[in-house]
Amino acid sequence: MTLTHQLVADEITLAYGDRLVVDELALEVAPGRITAIVGANGCGKSTLLRALARLLSPKSGQVVLDGVELNSRPTKEVARLIGLLPQSPIAPEGIVVADLVGRGRHPHQGLFARWSRADDEAVAAALDATGIADLADRSVDELSGGQRQRVWIAMALAQQTDILLLDEPTTFLDVAHQIEVLDLLADLNRARGTTIVMVLHDLNLASRYADEIVAVCRGRVHALGEPGVVVTAELVSEVFGLDSEVIADPLTGKPLVLPRGRHHVS
Amino acid sequence: MTATTLRAGRVHRRQRNALLIAGLCVALLGVVAVTLMVGNTFYSPDEVLRVLLGEQVPGASFTVGELRLPRVVLGMLAGLAFGMAGITFQTMLRNPLASPDIIGISTGASAAAVVGIVVLSLDETAVSFLALAGALVTATAIYGLSWRRGFAGARLILIGIGVAAMLHSVVSYVLTRAAAWDIQAALQWLAGSLNGASWERVAPLALATLVLAPLLVSRRRDLDALRLGDDAAAALGVRLRPTRLLLILAAVALIAFATAAAGPIAFVAFMAGPIAARITASGASLLVPAALVGALLVVAGDLVGQFALGTRYPVGVVTGLIGAPYLVYLLVRSNRSGASL
Amino acid sequence: MSTARLAWVGAGAGCLVLLALASVAFGNREISLHELIAALAGDANGVGQAAVAARVPRTVLALLVGAALALSGATMQAVTRNPLADPGILGVSSGAALAVVIGIAFFGLSDPYGYIGVATLGAAVAAVFVYAVGSLGRGGATPLKLALAGAATSAALSSLVSAVLLPRVDILTTFQFWQIGGVGGAEWDRIGVVAPFLLAGAVIVVLSGRGLNTLALGDDLAAGLGTQVRRTRLIAALGAVLLCGAATAVAGPIGFVGLVIPHLCRLVVGSDQRWLLPFTAIAGAGLLVAADVLGRVVARPEEIEVGIVTALIGAPFFIWIVRRQKVRAL
Repeated sequence: MTLTHQLVADEITLAYGDRLVVDELALEVAPGRITAIVGANGCGKSTLLRALARLLSPKSGQVVLDGVELNSRPTKEVARLIGLLPQSPIAPEGIVVADLVGRGRHPHQGLFARWSRADDEAVAAALDATGIADLADRSVDELSGGQRQRVWIAMALAQQTDILLLDEPTTFLDVAHQIEVLDLLADLNRARGTTIVMVLHDLNLASRYADEIVAVCRGRVHALGEPGVVVTAELVSEVFGLDSEVIADPLTGKPLVLPRGRHHVS
Repeated sequence: MTATTLRAGRVHRRQRNALLIAGLCVALLGVVAVTLMVGNTFYSPDEVLRVLLGEQVPGASFTVGELRLPRVVLGMLAGLAFGMAGITFQTMLRNPLASPDIIGISTGASAAAVVGIVVLSLDETAVSFLALAGALVTATAIYGLSWRRGFAGARLILIGIGVAAMLHSVVSYVLTRAAAWDIQAALQWLAGSLNGASWERVAPLALATLVLAPLLVSRRRDLDALRLGDDAAAALGVRLRPTRLLLILAAVALIAFATAAAGPIAFVAFMAGPIAARITASGASLLVPAALVGALLVVAGDLVGQFALGTRYPVGVVTGLIGAPYLVYLLVRSNRSGASL
Repeated sequence: MSTARLAWVGAGAGCLVLLALASVAFGNREISLHELIAALAGDANGVGQAAVAARVPRTVLALLVGAALALSGATMQAVTRNPLADPGILGVSSGAALAVVIGIAFFGLSDPYGYIGVATLGAAVAAVFVYAVGSLGRGGATPLKLALAGAATSAALSSLVSAVLLPRVDILTTFQFWQIGGVGGAEWDRIGVVAPFLLAGAVIVVLSGRGLNTLALGDDLAAGLGTQVRRTRLIAALGAVLLCGAATAVAGPIGFVGLVIPHLCRLVVGSDQRWLLPFTAIAGAGLLVAADVLGRVVARPEEIEVGIVTALIGAPFFIWIVRRQKVRAL
């Protein structure tokens, strides 16, 4: 499958009220690859993701999908191309997994259209892909944090979009579940060529899983490129203000950031 | 996992819901039938049926056709409207306590009506219109005041509570000045009552329900998506602002017409949604079950209020007596779990 | 800093004296200056002097109730760390109302002193209940949860009130008399009944000021600083409930004083409870006396109860506070 959907941020400026968060930022999302947006707290990375998902309109500049401005396209049409997993979605009380995942079919259903065979197939495929088929009839309230996160990812998958945006998909998960979720996303990317853009806190996990790193600093793209090239001690110092040493991860060969506290200067 | 097993589970849940809705309808019809038969004079099912079919039955034609029937129809419609509007607000604001009676919209109607009854000595029709206007103006004010760089449910709820407090003081100011006779009329209205129901009073509410209920039902998928949070809903292709505006307008109009016709029948808007949520299978839209539960509450409450308690109570007192402990229970439960509806 | 605060307190006290004088001087009947002076000197022979004599207890009651409500609000806000805590929001007045109605309807309660005890009890029970329910679950007593718990409880209690009242026309007027309340019908012996409650509440609240200061940092930190969190909170809350319960009992529901005044005072003297409390007491007394005078003057020859005046001033203020807060903090 060749996917050529082009998602581009064209000199966008984003603000909440008077507070400027992102300042004339330009970014081309690499199609079919995994992009991780990293940066210090409050640097505007989640805001950028919201803009890419058309949840926030730029004050100036535009987000362009396949040559057309995102906000000028019907939102349901966009929802069939771009899926988003927000930071803290809410599960309605008592809902079972299959139904929650089925909510992802919303953009594919008309005002009065009935539930179709294609809907069922999409939901079944999403449950299989995320490995939660056996939970289909369980109530979401009973699930663990890691299982829940899989359910939400499954919902985004059922949306059957070529681009998937995720806002910190690993927060509140322990380290095993973090790896599990990221492995799942990598599988998706390989099997279907889904373009994945995610905001990640952990620079080491980002280096390990992403094909492209976008380092955001004070509302602008500070550096962009493959982890091996971009993630350096210099970058960590400029973006996070942290003194560190970057070595090659003995397992993967990807960069591994070792922070240097004041007490560990050799 | 195959689509077929998935479908089986979904169809099973859907059938359960269809069964539930059918059950609610049967229960509602049963209570309606009893209401039509019972009263100062008892009429047999046969007589009631003949009246309904348009035959002239001496005595029954007037009592059933002109007194009991409009009353029970008003009760059903008001309950339906309250139930639907309540669940719409609770779902949209993702808080089971955020029903229109708690966030000030009904209080707006009440304040207007009390002013109409006590200060302006208006007749019944004029009071209804004033109440309608009161609800609409209050809802607009609350929505406008809570808009600050976008919409936030929590802010809307809190501002609604503040506005309600102000309007409450208007109500009590007017009441302290009223003559005892007016106070009784006003209290009766404030509790919500089906007394004096007539076809003229039913007509505007019926018309409003006929337009607004299908409109809300047609947006039920958007409403379901909103339960996942604003960001998730937007990502699924819900146009937040127009959708929210449409839902609020429809729900407020339903509340306003129902309140104008029957007074702010206590806690029906509040109770119907959570009860419906309890008995509905997962994933189904709550709009229709909540509407039916609302109708059932009002009609059954009126029956109890008229004949089961010794004195004749207006329906709002009965629903209030049921609603108060239920509200407290829900408050404890929802706070403890921190969950949304 | 302390001198500035002292100056503020002094200025507040000065304003209070002027307001109290205005309250005695203005009313339905116009009174000349020497009638006023004569009356204050103890001469009660003329009609004017008699009017003044009637206004004195009223003014004293307004001062006491205003101070009590403001103190109670400041303490509740500190105890719950919640900017919207206010006796009115916490459903205190509807608790008092239900207690009184039940007293009148089922226990033949008729003497005004009985009302005060019963209403205080009802107010206390409602406040404790609302706070307990509002602080259940994640995040403790957030503004939204507390306000909703209060509003919902109020609604529930009011519907019980009307359930009791509707079929009993006979007690309607008795209840109306209580609910009108306000400070208009003040008499010295009624003031005498509530004064001990108010005094006890005020002493408790002021003494717990230091503990509340550490509580403002969060329970864990306060415990770390050696405060007995549970006990401090319980004692302070008891004082606050005593104050607002007794005030509501004697003057009927008066909302928003406890909300508005502490906020304004914090702007002036900062958030140190030991300064905040005396200053809120002065400002609260001032506000209520001013509202009472306003209610008498605006609608002459009618009077508007203080509770209504404060609601009309206070609700917009409440909305303003809500709009200022960040959504996440709600």
